Amino acid sequence: MKGSLTVIGFFLLGVLLGYIHCLPEGMLGNDLTSWILYALMFQVGISIGCDKKLKEILHSITPKLLLVPLATIGGTLAFSALAACFLSQWSVWNCLAVGSGFAYYSLSSLLITELLTPKAGPALAAELGTIALMANIMREIMALLLAPLLVRYFGKLAPICAGGATTMDTTLPVITQYAGKELVFVALFHGILVDLSVPFFVSLFCAF
Amino acid sequence: MFTVISIMFVGIAVGFAGKKISFLSYIHQSISVTICCLLFFLGLSVGKNDHLISHLPVLGGQALLLAFLGTLGSVLAGWLVWRYFWKKGGNP
Repeated sequence: MKGSLTVIGFFLLGVLLGYIHCLPEGMLGNDLTSWILYALMFQVGISIGCDKKLKEILHSITPKLLLVPLATIGGTLAFSALAACFLSQWSVWNCLAVGSGFAYYSLSSLLITELLTPKAGPALAAELGTIALMANIMREIMALLLAPLLVRYFGKLAPICAGGATTMDTTLPVITQYAGKELVFVALFHGILVDLSVPFFVSLFCAF
Repeated sequence: MFTVISIMFVGIAVGFAGKKISFLSYIHQSISVTICCLLFFLGLSVGKNDHLISHLPVLGGQALLLAFLGTLGSVLAGWLVWRYFWKKGGNP
């Protein structure tokens, strides 16, 4: 939680400094942010590659277990596409790109901003990036706050599916508390798999 | 798109090959620093864009709709999986 607040704090600091125009124009070169994003993706790759848990997790895949991340991904994407009916400003692909953040707000918003800039221009890309940031933060908050209600009305898997990519870290404690300890492994497995899918789906939907 | 994904795959290969190197365990901290840095830049481009700032409530509403529908879709799909595949079958 402390980490999330720091991350949002940096974003808000940027907004404030940008708003009062206190930084020179040159500091916003697109090349610079592209290179930092590449550095980020390289590091994300390293963290996946050297993860010792990953091998265990991949060995324990069963069809029944796999249904949980598939439900999260399928359900989220289907209903995110539906959102395009209400948001005339954005295409189905734009809505799908935001939805496929699966509550991983930092990475999804950055990828969307970066990948849409060449096609839609920096202003529109930043706009959808901001929507992605807010939407995915809201999703994490919903998963945290609604966990007990979700378990009661939609079964023990519901808080896991709602938590998306965060079920291996930030939302794990509430899932354990309300869905039960026996679902910790399911939540970890689900979180790792959905987490991995974020860069793929976001870049896929930004390509259209 | 392919640049981003291929860079990530190179990273996966490097991470896999260098599993035993201890400094790689600091990778999560350096990821957080990079993310903070990039979000700061995203913040800058949001802040200096007056149109975006004045539209922030609208964007917030759109974000809320997307968050709500995305969560609802996943919860409903999770409920179906729970009801038809998990509830009766016992442990995973």
